[in-house]
Amino acid sequence: MIQLLNVDDISVSFDGFKAINGLSFDIGSAELRAIIGPNGAGKTTFMDIVTGKTRPDAGDVRWGEKGVSLLRKSEAQIAQLGIGRKFQKPTVFETQSVYDNLMMALANSRNPFSVLSYKRSRGDDDKIEDLAGQINLMEQLDVLAGALSHGQKQWLEIGMLLAQDPKLLLVDEPAAGMTAPERAVTVKLLKELAASRAVVVVEHDMEFIRQLECRITVLHEGSVLAEGQIDFVMQNQDVIDVYLGR
Amino acid sequence: MENTLFTKYLLKNPSVMIFLGLLALFTVFVVIMAEGFGIGLISTSFVKTLGKTLCLCMIAIAMDLVWGFCGILSLGHFAFFALGGYMIGMWLMFARTKMIVLDAAQNVALPMTNAEINDAVGTQIFGVVGGAEIPMIWAFADQFWVQLAFVVLVPGVLALVFGWLAFRSRVNGVYLSILTQAMTLALALYLFQNDSGLRGNNGLSGLQNIPGFDDVPQSLISIWFFIASAAVLAIIYVVAYGVVSSKLGNIIRGIRDNEARVRFLGYNVESYKLFVFVLTAIIAAVAGALYYPQAGIINPAELAPIASIYLAVWVAIGGRGRLYGAVIGAAFVSLLSSYFTGGQAPDIPFGFATLRWTEWWLVLLGFSFVAVTLYAPKGIGGLIDHLSRKGNSS
Repeated sequence: MIQLLNVDDISVSFDGFKAINGLSFDIGSAELRAIIGPNGAGKTTFMDIVTGKTRPDAGDVRWGEKGVSLLRKSEAQIAQLGIGRKFQKPTVFETQSVYDNLMMALANSRNPFSVLSYKRSRGDDDKIEDLAGQINLMEQLDVLAGALSHGQKQWLEIGMLLAQDPKLLLVDEPAAGMTAPERAVTVKLLKELAASRAVVVVEHDMEFIRQLECRITVLHEGSVLAEGQIDFVMQNQDVIDVYLGR
Repeated sequence: MENTLFTKYLLKNPSVMIFLGLLALFTVFVVIMAEGFGIGLISTSFVKTLGKTLCLCMIAIAMDLVWGFCGILSLGHFAFFALGGYMIGMWLMFARTKMIVLDAAQNVALPMTNAEINDAVGTQIFGVVGGAEIPMIWAFADQFWVQLAFVVLVPGVLALVFGWLAFRSRVNGVYLSILTQAMTLALALYLFQNDSGLRGNNGLSGLQNIPGFDDVPQSLISIWFFIASAAVLAIIYVVAYGVVSSKLGNIIRGIRDNEARVRFLGYNVESYKLFVFVLTAIIAAVAGALYYPQAGIINPAELAPIASIYLAVWVAIGGRGRLYGAVIGAAFVSLLSSYFTGGQAPDIPFGFATLRWTEWWLVLLGFSFVAVTLYAPKGIGGLIDHLSRKGNSS
């Protein structure tokens, strides 16, 4: 398997608190991976580091076959390299239509002047309609994103990530606040996505993770506690002690 | 061909058509009513007030772009406005003083040398701050086109440097507002100094006299400036509308609502903010360059932070995120303000005390700002939207 992202022994601390402590993590180019861990295990900080929001104190994050370091790149540059991020809370542009939300996310030039002179094209309209179909929002293209249900906003955000055509998707708690049928759709969506790209899902909900049927990385106090398929992880004594054994 | 293209554009964008139509009607009405060409029902000084109001509408559009659409609450845009005024004011004052000096020299037997002319002009302009030397920054003051270029370049470069430093450091929200306020205050304090090269607290005066047009009465000049202001306002409105209805408009509204999302979509948020900041600084500067020849005088008090705060109040009352809202807010509040503070409004006697509008106007303005914020957060423009939607549905 080709290595897509290689996180090598990173550490970061905030005011003396070690949020990430010697964490290493690899993911291949078409893989679905779940990350679990109790509160404060460093899941969100891990995503912040990969997407360029936080700089680690030590270690390196390398990207792609050439192993480019991401540490000196801005959030926008990292996003342009092909890392998409979904936030814990659905973050879409609520005062704009679903169409506009997707249109902004499409992988076109990000230069202000070419954005200023951008014209709607048939090709882009087709792409947007395809995406809307994929995320079940075909009927809502002209609706303001703020008027969508919570689950629909989560899907829209995933759709916006897809529009960027990323190689790696970081998805923070996609199932939070979703109804059971919405979860089923989300599981299906994430599995489809992982067929052609790497998807990392951070989630608390064990039942949801079980449905994903993928390799699991358990974080604890900023480093990896265990890694493997769900049954292996569930039977690991360390995992039971810190996370499951309540 | 051009005509049909323009017509098509207007039909596609009815709000622009309405705005330009009303502005054209208003312009024709004022020209007919004024003293210059018309029947003289509107005094020259009121024509100037109206012309100045149109310039304030331009800077309100700039404020709406940067604050209402991009979410940057700049409290320093009057610095750019005043700088635009200073740049054109330098030419107006220098060129006219030079003409006066040359006229006077005609009666002298010996022709004056260039150095003598410069000395005389320097004494005329800078005598008031105890100098006779013409400062370096006036090097191009008798070149109209250069100073006109400076109207755009000087505020543009200031906005570019200031914006680059501020946005690059990710200064946001109220901290950025304070920073912009500090910028305008620092500039004002610098200009207040006599050795700033711009006549300290005296500022530049006599700007209503246009060099080369000494024979033309002010009643005509005021009409020319009024028409020019209306035309430039129309252009600025169309440009601003073009920006906000483009994809860039989507992006800057995205930055206003959720900056991090825009960043993680791969957009370099800083360059978008910088683009809007510089564009609006230039709009403000152009507005200032048209405003001060109608006002006749410019001094550093114009850069006081309070002016930029008023600007924010106009835009808030008119309705943020709507270009016509900004125009309505600026026109409505600034005209009311000049009515109440001009001493024309009748005092209201209450027996035990008398309500003097010159003093109480600010209190009224403050209350209306609070009222708008609480009860009509979308401002007057929002009410218009509401009413027109009601009209459409019924």
